[in-house]
Amino acid sequence: MSVNQQAHTGPPYGQPQPGYQGYQQPAYGGQPLPGVPQSQYGAYNGPMPGYQQPVPPQGYFPSLGFPSKGSPVSLNSDTSSLAPNFIGSLRAPPTSGAPPPASGASLPSGHLAYSQFGHGDVQNGIPASAAPMQRPPASQPFLPGSAPTPASQTSTFQQYGPPAAGVQQLSNHVAGMTIGSTTASAPPPAGLGYGPPTSVPPVSGSFSATGSGLYTPYTASQGPPPTSVSQGLPLAQPPFPSQPISTQRLPTQVPGFAPPPSSTGIGPSSYPPTTGAPRPPSMPGPPLPGQTVAGPPTSQPNHVSSPPPPSTMTGPHPGPPMSGLHGPPPPTHPPQPGYQMQQNGSFGQVRGPQPNYGGAYPGTPNYGSQPGPPPPPKRLDPDSIPSPIQVIEDDRSNRGAEPFVTGVRGQVPPLVTTNFLVKDQGNASPRYIRCTSYNIPCTSDMAKQSQVPLAAVIKPLATLPPEETLPYLVDHGESGPVRCNRCKAYMCPFMQFIEGGRRFQCCFCSCVTEVPPHYFQHLDHTGKRVDFYDRPELSLGSYEFLATVDYCKNNKFPSPPAFVFMIDVSYNAVKSGLVRLICEELKSLLDYLPREGNMEESAIRVGFVTYNKVLHFYNVKSSLAQPQMMVVSDVADMFVPLLDGFLVNVNESRTVIASLLDQIPEMFADTRETETVFAPVIQAGLEALKAAECAGKLFIFHTSLPIAEAPGKLKNRDDKKLINTDKEKTLFQPQTSFYNNLAKDCVAQGCCVDLFLFPNQYLDVATLGVVTYQTGGSIYKYAYFQLETDQDRFLNDLRRDVQKEVGFDAVMRVRTSTGIRATDFFGAFYMSNTTDVEMAGLDCDKTITVEFKHDDKLSEDSGALLQCALLYTSCAGQRRLRIHNLSLNCCTQLADLYRNCETDTLINYLAKYAYRGVLSSPVKTVRDALINQCAQILACYRKNCASPSSAGQLILPECMKLLPVYLNCVLKSDVLQPGPEVTTDDRAYIRQLVTSMDVAETNVFFYPRLLPLTKADVDSDSLPAAIRNSEERLSKGDIYLLENGLNIVVWVGVNVQQGLIQNLFGVSSFSQISNALSTLPVLENTFSKKVRSIVDMLQVQRSRYMKLIIVKQEDKMEMLFKHFLVEDKSLSGGASYVDFLCHMHKEIRQLLS
Amino acid sequence: MATYLEFIQQNEERDGVRFSWNVWPSSRLEATKMVVPLACLLTPLKERLDLPPVQYEPVLCSRLTCKAVLSPLCQVDYRAKLWACNFCFQRNQFPPAYAGISEVNQPAELMPQFSTIEYIVQRGPQTPLIFLYVVDTCLEEEDLQALKESLQMSLSLLPASALVGLITFGRMVQVHELSCEGISKSYVFRGTKDLTAKQIQDMLGLSRPAVPIQQGRPLQTPEQPAISSRFLQPVHKIDMNLTDLLGELQRDPWPVTQGKRPLRSTGVALSIAVGLLEGTFPNTGARIMLFTGGPPTQGPGMVVGDELKTPIRSWHDIEKDNARLMKKATKHYETLANRTAANGHCIDIYACALDQTGLLEMKCCANLTGGHMVMGDSFNTSLFKQTFQRVFNKGFNGEFQMAFGASLDVKTSRELKIAGAIGPCISLNAKGPCVSENELGIGGTSQWKICSLDPSTTLAIYFEVVNQHNAPIPQGGRGAVQFVTQYQHSSTQKRIRVTTIARNWADAQSQLQHIEAAFDQEAAAVLMARLGVYRAESEEGPDVLRWLDRQLIRLCQKFGQYNKDDPNSFRLSESFSLYPQFMFHLRRSPFLQVFNNSPDESSYYRHHFVRQDLTQSLIMIQPILYAYSFHGPPEPVLLDSSSILPDRILLMDTFFQIVIYLGETIAQWQKAGYQDMPEYENFKHLLQAPLDDAQEILQTRFPMPRYIHTEHGGSQARFLLSKVNPSQTHNNLYAWGQESGAPILTDDVSLQVFMDHLKKLAVSSAS
Repeated sequence: MSVNQQAHTGPPYGQPQPGYQGYQQPAYGGQPLPGVPQSQYGAYNGPMPGYQQPVPPQGYFPSLGFPSKGSPVSLNSDTSSLAPNFIGSLRAPPTSGAPPPASGASLPSGHLAYSQFGHGDVQNGIPASAAPMQRPPASQPFLPGSAPTPASQTSTFQQYGPPAAGVQQLSNHVAGMTIGSTTASAPPPAGLGYGPPTSVPPVSGSFSATGSGLYTPYTASQGPPPTSVSQGLPLAQPPFPSQPISTQRLPTQVPGFAPPPSSTGIGPSSYPPTTGAPRPPSMPGPPLPGQTVAGPPTSQPNHVSSPPPPSTMTGPHPGPPMSGLHGPPPPTHPPQPGYQMQQNGSFGQVRGPQPNYGGAYPGTPNYGSQPGPPPPPKRLDPDSIPSPIQVIEDDRSNRGAEPFVTGVRGQVPPLVTTNFLVKDQGNASPRYIRCTSYNIPCTSDMAKQSQVPLAAVIKPLATLPPEETLPYLVDHGESGPVRCNRCKAYMCPFMQFIEGGRRFQCCFCSCVTEVPPHYFQHLDHTGKRVDFYDRPELSLGSYEFLATVDYCKNNKFPSPPAFVFMIDVSYNAVKSGLVRLICEELKSLLDYLPREGNMEESAIRVGFVTYNKVLHFYNVKSSLAQPQMMVVSDVADMFVPLLDGFLVNVNESRTVIASLLDQIPEMFADTRETETVFAPVIQAGLEALKAAECAGKLFIFHTSLPIAEAPGKLKNRDDKKLINTDKEKTLFQPQTSFYNNLAKDCVAQGCCVDLFLFPNQYLDVATLGVVTYQTGGSIYKYAYFQLETDQDRFLNDLRRDVQKEVGFDAVMRVRTSTGIRATDFFGAFYMSNTTDVEMAGLDCDKTITVEFKHDDKLSEDSGALLQCALLYTSCAGQRRLRIHNLSLNCCTQLADLYRNCETDTLINYLAKYAYRGVLSSPVKTVRDALINQCAQILACYRKNCASPSSAGQLILPECMKLLPVYLNCVLKSDVLQPGPEVTTDDRAYIRQLVTSMDVAETNVFFYPRLLPLTKADVDSDSLPAAIRNSEERLSKGDIYLLENGLNIVVWVGVNVQQGLIQNLFGVSSFSQISNALSTLPVLENTFSKKVRSIVDMLQVQRSRYMKLIIVKQEDKMEMLFKHFLVEDKSLSGGASYVDFLCHMHKEIRQLLS
Repeated sequence: MATYLEFIQQNEERDGVRFSWNVWPSSRLEATKMVVPLACLLTPLKERLDLPPVQYEPVLCSRLTCKAVLSPLCQVDYRAKLWACNFCFQRNQFPPAYAGISEVNQPAELMPQFSTIEYIVQRGPQTPLIFLYVVDTCLEEEDLQALKESLQMSLSLLPASALVGLITFGRMVQVHELSCEGISKSYVFRGTKDLTAKQIQDMLGLSRPAVPIQQGRPLQTPEQPAISSRFLQPVHKIDMNLTDLLGELQRDPWPVTQGKRPLRSTGVALSIAVGLLEGTFPNTGARIMLFTGGPPTQGPGMVVGDELKTPIRSWHDIEKDNARLMKKATKHYETLANRTAANGHCIDIYACALDQTGLLEMKCCANLTGGHMVMGDSFNTSLFKQTFQRVFNKGFNGEFQMAFGASLDVKTSRELKIAGAIGPCISLNAKGPCVSENELGIGGTSQWKICSLDPSTTLAIYFEVVNQHNAPIPQGGRGAVQFVTQYQHSSTQKRIRVTTIARNWADAQSQLQHIEAAFDQEAAAVLMARLGVYRAESEEGPDVLRWLDRQLIRLCQKFGQYNKDDPNSFRLSESFSLYPQFMFHLRRSPFLQVFNNSPDESSYYRHHFVRQDLTQSLIMIQPILYAYSFHGPPEPVLLDSSSILPDRILLMDTFFQIVIYLGETIAQWQKAGYQDMPEYENFKHLLQAPLDDAQEILQTRFPMPRYIHTEHGGSQARFLLSKVNPSQTHNNLYAWGQESGAPILTDDVSLQVFMDHLKKLAVSSAS
């Protein structure tokens, strides 16, 4: 964002126009005019609201506003712990003033300018927090310096700054607040760097101030002075004064007011820049383009800012601005009447317009309408609103270099999109556990108030990069792992040894337990055991214990697990060539079964079953010359017909297996059986494992709805008419409870089911997937499977699935220190009680999300501890316990909570929560609940942590500034808002998929990665910089690659150079590109190589092989691609980012009022 | 004139029929006073070397309720080309083909020597014989190996066109598909679940694809012989395949933990075998051959649980009503047996185990379908191997001595009615005028189905004289009985054998001597024994014995000559003289005594008793004892303890066992090795003689008897000691002096005591 903003800002005025026009049709164009001013305003306004309140801050506001935009700021905050707030604010200003500042901190591009600003900001920030007075000045200086571009802003800053440091601070705070993100960041800094004490207090003070005295005064003061309109104007003017725009703004503002505020909220920063830039031009031009647009644009920015206006409205700004906006709008309206309406509509969210929003947001129609009534609707400048790309890039550049050391409690790890190394110094790596917040409110009241879910996303068997060491295996001997007597927590770094090491006190329940004699060790002078560094369980966050026989089923050490391959050989499967393909692949794949590190061959045994209406088992005992086939037709009462010879060692039975795999396709080549069974197949596998007394995994390759007479027989109940009705949930629920019971049995035996589906029509994934889901298995779906196009994908998935590390018969328990408790679990597993998560199989990609609730007060001193213990059987049949420990901070100030949140994790949780919700509630209810919760989160922040700025300003916590955009993506996802082309099976499939995703996967799934291939540097192995998921960002002359973890879409613009097309596709013209390609042709040229290497690199990163789709611009397939452009309005009615942001703002304002 | 003995023998030779009475009392009242019912033993397929079958259809009486076959007994009007049915007196036209008959040009069926005649008829499609092996795999390795070899060997004995199928079972039941190349396929069924025939056929994919039945359009059911071909294949086609398949048979792989029996799903395996044939080849000759090495331990038909600590039921348990699984299991097998019989298939049971195998419960499978029942200790014994081989024996004309799907129709002249039959058959429920209301054995019908029979299969058929006392039969009147047996010959031909016999009527009051003289005490003993055994199946043992005793006493009272209350005056005529002795041994036989026998053994003995012919039956009742000594040629001696002498070698044939017993001295000589000394070659010959004779018996008997070679004091000597009449026991040893014989340690009464009591009771005026 910041970058963009900066960029925009850079060229501000000049560019604006083009940009706008380019961007947003007339509406925007129109906006430009007002927009410019507005943008500035917006920025200003944005800040303004905040500013307005603190009239003086106006200067700040701009800055602040920018800060808010300053999402970059937030980055800063992240990166530099300084005074995020300030920075935020600062940056924000920069953006407004000159994007540089905002981005400055975060973005390299803007760095220079920004840096200055940033510094300034920082300083400001620092001053604000630490020594507001002093720093302000400092900042001021900077500001001025930086001011150049944002002269006006700077000026404002300076002005403000100088006026009253305190004011500045306030303003800063406010700004921070407004920026939200900034503020959020600010607090932390305060806590951390700023002289936590001072800063914190100040911060808190300031924050609270907002609410409380200090702020109030300010607000009051602000309020009064700024009085909405006047403020806005003045403010704007002041900063802008230098610029002509300001004046323009005023006018524009009036009309745009609403807009500005809204924009300010989020976009402000970004908006300002862009708007700022454009505006000027637009201003001039605006009239022209502005036309109606002019008005609208402003309004749009306003949209974002719209809140501000309201805030202003609500705030001190009496009616003026308000009137200006709403009421006023009318006046201004004259020209803008329509606009206002729209604006209102959009703004309306804020105000009356709500209806529109209601519609708009969910329905977007309003928005949609905007285009129609192009003129009025002004939109926020997309560049001014928090940009995921920017945030990701910032985090990558700031945190990617240094290893993340886990020694410190409550440390927020780098984003999942950042490549970083982890050094385990006592807490589990974020690869294993990520939390929504690393600072937990001390009381449940606080937690309730904030509405921030406390959840941990746990991936117990996560794969580590080769540079990191796997958890050490600890053997405590025959008596088993040392555990607390009462709560049974396992020995971990947080256990306190007392009495010279003879006893230890449990960090979870405080119970004192004798140290077993064989484990005794003396303590050193610091109370640490002498062998502290020798024992992983005392010094590391993650490690494994060797389990004793007490931890085994029936008190017997487990046998090595088994893999059973169960292949559908009905007509469809045979005809499509699938059966032959699988058999061919298995011949080689069987040599790559997972094995324990140093073992020569895998201990896993394999078995084979084929089936259609009946099941065929195969005896592949090594002593046989030929495999033997055993047909079981009694599907109503499934059993395993053989014991010896069904599960065999691959090496011993190699020739028999090869012979079998050769013959299977032949045997069924002439089959005419089209019906299949399904439940009996699982039962068969289950019985086989039972008979062999081992755990294992079934790989089922299935093609059709099981309609043959058998238990678990299903009907085709697909009914699109149910969508958007109260009965929609039934589509996600299994048809029959039969599969639930079956799943229960499977879990009891440790029988994990992986399902590969090849449907040509509805096959009821929701029901078929039940067992897979509850046993911790994976589903893979290849609709309309065709050998040529889907073969690679399927085979790669199969290989990965077979080879990946997996634990069996797993039980996971999450223990927490007193005060919180794990209350809810999401993921692919089964629970027979409320605490133990049981999984028949758990592979390295499966993730469990755990939600915590308070049951007592926590203390800031002791913090909170999590211990996740996973008991499982390794692929060699060894029973082990994997332990992950994580310590978190606790806070009494909400600001601390908001400063230590992780949005990606939060989204992961929210998505899972929502996706589970669709099972029991109408989808609309789920969506509304999501929006409501997020609005509450943000409103709480606004109310308690942000400065008491005008209500019209949208202020986002730095850590959560991407929450709206991501949340919108969740809301628009196929499960919650299906388009017409999304099948019921797709939805069920995705629903189950998401439930097991880790944070990185949900991140890219909801907000796909869009890479401009033509910008790739063919000489380096790095990826081109990602761009935001909006059609506006695409250029007709470029080729883009979009990936979301399931698909890779290569989009080719109509104007792409012929040479590139030739290089990449091997055809001479755009029209000759076949969109039936499933792989890129292998061509000997650098571009082709580069692109293919990018594709390969992406494929390696994901747990599933992504489907490659070629989409040509203006081709009918483009719809599919556009579906992934999540910042745009979606065809199914999903709101665009901008619209949603406005809606969010409206919601927040409603909550606040 | 020939004696009755000759007459009887001649009749048996020619017709395979032996009546208890060869002159019939002419009234119901008199007949009932005869005590031994009017009955006969019929061997329907008695081997007749001199009987070439005729190649045309029999001529039937046109009366629908009669349908008797033209026989030498019928009066024929050669000029009018008419014949009168001798049963219903219907006058019938000869069919056109008989236009040329005259007194000098008679068709075979009119010639007196052809009172038994066999027709070959062309009826229906000829289907090959079917042999379905049902093999238990819960065997010891050694046993299984032996069984596999026997089965492989048997393939070479089957007719090349015969269809074979293989079902194996253990914990599961596997139906092997025989047609496939490459991978061997089998359909597997859970051993605990009973399935209906329909389910089985569905699961085996035997049911025809469901064709929607449209009304008004006759449903065409194209014959699809190929559909079942997967499981039943001609031997010549899959000879090699099946040999390999059998070779690869493994022991049931499911683990048997200590203290457990292997899980054996015999009940389901049989059920599937029955269902398979039922669906594919109903009403054709088929043998289901069950080879089992232990009791069914799971599923329907379970005889005993798999816990070894629970022993399999004994007679003691059964008497105490402690055999909780028995009734259910029996019911299961009965249902199966009835289905099988209804389809005209038969079930053989080859049970080889040291413990019981559940024959008690399964016996009906063989009994009702005419299947074989063979009991041995192990499949790795010559007893089993040779017996099994002998199933496929061929007769003098190179044809298998087995026939299938027979139905026996009995027609009687008016004075007689049919009371029932005892033998390996089931009722066809053919009611008719000649069916008596009083049932003896399987009654209420004039037709029975015998799903499988061989030349020795013998049925006992009981009649009732219904002629009233006051309606005397004209002098010289004869009663007639016609037996019509339709069956599928092993060559797959359909044949009909018709036996028509006639006997004189006699007034019991005036001509009792005739009747008495025509009494066939051997046949009577067997017929009474069959009744006794039949009763013993359903009644308490002592009741049956009491019934037998009463009958014997009544017979003695009726036909004995004595002065009232003077036992010493009691005499029986020659034609009755052996009868009490038969009864004495019958009372001691395992057919009626369960002591010392397991329920399985009892079932086994009874099974054979009710199907063997008269000679064999008599051996079973009263074993034959031969003595070999230097004193003369081998001679039959009394089955008495007094026959056991030190310088004798005894050879006892009980039908089920061949016992060679060396007397004390002989045994000592043998130990001393005299037989190896050239100068005692005669001793060697003496030793060899019984062996050779035993060998002869062993060669011909089916099932092959248990061969026991023992000596004085040997543990196996018990087989001999338990059979002989305990004339010398520890109780009377000294009283009888020590001149000879060996004392038997028993409290059983000896024949002498028995006879004394019998005489006393017979002459007593009180009874």
